[in-house]
Amino acid sequence: MAAQNDQDKSMGTKSLVPIIGPGHTFASVNDKISAIVLLRGTSFGWVVGFGIAFMIFMMMLMSISYLLFRGVGIWGINNRVDWGFDIINFVWWIGIGHAGTLISAILLLLHQKWRTSINRFAEAMTLFAVACAGLFPVLHLGRPWYAYFLFPYPNTLGMYFPQFRSPLEWDVFAVSTYASVSLVFWYVGLIPDLATLRDRAKSWIPKTIYGIFSLGWRGSARHWHRYETIYLLLAGLSTPLVLSVHSIISFDFSVSLLPGWHATFFPPYFVAGAVFAGFAMVMTLAIPVRWVYGLEDFITDKHLENMGKITLVTGNIVFYSYLMELFYGWYSANEYEQFMVHNRLFGPYGYMLWALYFCNGVMPQFLWSKKIRTNSIWLFVISMFISVGMWLERYVIIVVSLHRTFLPSAWGTYSGTFWDWSLYIGTMGFFLTLLFLFIRLLPMISISEMQMLLPEAQVPHKEEAHEA
Amino acid sequence: MKPKARSLHYGVLAEFDTPQQLVDAARATHDAGFRKYDAYTPFPIEELADAMHDHQNPIAKIVLLAGFTGACIGFGMQTFANLVHYPMNIAGRPNFAWPMFIPVTFECIVAFAAFTGVLSMLALNGLPTPYHPLFNCPNFSQATRNKFFLCIEATDPKFELAETRKFLEQLNPREISDVEN
Repeated sequence: MAAQNDQDKSMGTKSLVPIIGPGHTFASVNDKISAIVLLRGTSFGWVVGFGIAFMIFMMMLMSISYLLFRGVGIWGINNRVDWGFDIINFVWWIGIGHAGTLISAILLLLHQKWRTSINRFAEAMTLFAVACAGLFPVLHLGRPWYAYFLFPYPNTLGMYFPQFRSPLEWDVFAVSTYASVSLVFWYVGLIPDLATLRDRAKSWIPKTIYGIFSLGWRGSARHWHRYETIYLLLAGLSTPLVLSVHSIISFDFSVSLLPGWHATFFPPYFVAGAVFAGFAMVMTLAIPVRWVYGLEDFITDKHLENMGKITLVTGNIVFYSYLMELFYGWYSANEYEQFMVHNRLFGPYGYMLWALYFCNGVMPQFLWSKKIRTNSIWLFVISMFISVGMWLERYVIIVVSLHRTFLPSAWGTYSGTFWDWSLYIGTMGFFLTLLFLFIRLLPMISISEMQMLLPEAQVPHKEEAHEA
Repeated sequence: MKPKARSLHYGVLAEFDTPQQLVDAARATHDAGFRKYDAYTPFPIEELADAMHDHQNPIAKIVLLAGFTGACIGFGMQTFANLVHYPMNIAGRPNFAWPMFIPVTFECIVAFAAFTGVLSMLALNGLPTPYHPLFNCPNFSQATRNKFFLCIEATDPKFELAETRKFLEQLNPREISDVEN
């Protein structure tokens, strides 16, 4: 028991055994990760997976084409429920993206070294999820070819600026800043690894392409010094950024006066929900990838366990918020708020709420057990439940709050049509297509950062060296 | 136009096996009075900056300044739009509703700071540099794998090809090569 405790203590600080497999050297880490891209070639499994993802992606393009041809009337949205699948999916996707920034920025600032091996992968997931998310509000505009109206720009109409007092306009700034800063953060992290691929590549085509994108990086110590400064600063900037993005998305709801939306606890509730959903998605993707590519040395059970812990904590925050929603409805002593709670629990969409409580309230409780936290199959199943649950959560918040509001004569119902579903499932194909390309073409684990984790990489400080 | 005459050599390159050897060599090089030299490593080594006396860089200040600029532009743009350019009375709410301007101001701070910071990092590092004389050394490709290099450049006033070679040999490198321009 005492030995176990010592081991646990050392895991967090000095000993590097649990987050990188034993027996690795600079060369072996370098070769193993770059070989996935350069030497393994295109496997049959990759082609099959990419093909399926690409077909689903084509379904998305078909769905968008028909939408542009006919207009948003092909969706299930109506006068009563005017935010349907499009906003549900927007919030769902962008929430999934948040884990990537959390892993790359917040865990970097907190010196959580275990983040290194999943950071690149999670950041890529962020970018692709934000790309999917961005599609929905733009298509929901009805005339998406006028999307540039949302930005301040000089024009002949005389009104150069959009309405800055609206939370929907804050969204435009938040999401576009988030997408572009995440892209830059990801690319800056990739530069040294692209140089590695340039130097490892044998034939001239990959050498040239990686060479162009590595910008001629040569690992100069003076360059590294500036690079490390800006990387840390980007992490520091991304941390409040990621918190602001989901807070602002929650303002879309909480700034309005609708029962079920107008609540002060929305920003922390949404941020916790985003992290919860995002970690579930990282696990959903990392578990099969580490199995297929044999990366158990780099993405160890320790990583899965830590992610399980974060999922459990954020899951409990989210579940607490669900209970607060109910309490708030009662405590407000407002008949509309009370009706909203009653309608959520026992109304026509009540089964969704109970399914949501099961997915996001009950399933994560299994993560209290260490056995389950270190079992990848269990984690995978729980993550799937959480992803479904988070989608149901947005459905409950948006559709159930909108369908019965103040005036009973204006009540209505809502359900997604074929085109809603085909667009939603299609974006999953888009996401997976990008992910397959990423795994095939770029190093999915940061090579230089993994090398830094090796004990040989540590150079003692001058004074210490003299004492020894 | 005739290109400016360049010296025949870019510098002398020494190759080491471990980070520790490289740090010791860099410290010795600095102590010997060389100033135009650089080390090349597959990953950042914190101690190396100390050995090379490379402590200052202006990036943090640039980022702070850019963030401040972003704040002024973001807040100023919204104030100008709502007060001067197109004041709009929405149910009697104040035009200068400054708390409503904070989210966009914040996003502008982050966007300005991040982009300026990355571009200034690239500019100060002189990237992109698709061609560099060091790339001609056959072994230099190992600088992104598991070898550690130190190059004393010909532009250093103390540089003297034979002398510098001799100096580097004392540091027990694995190999020494002359880098041609």
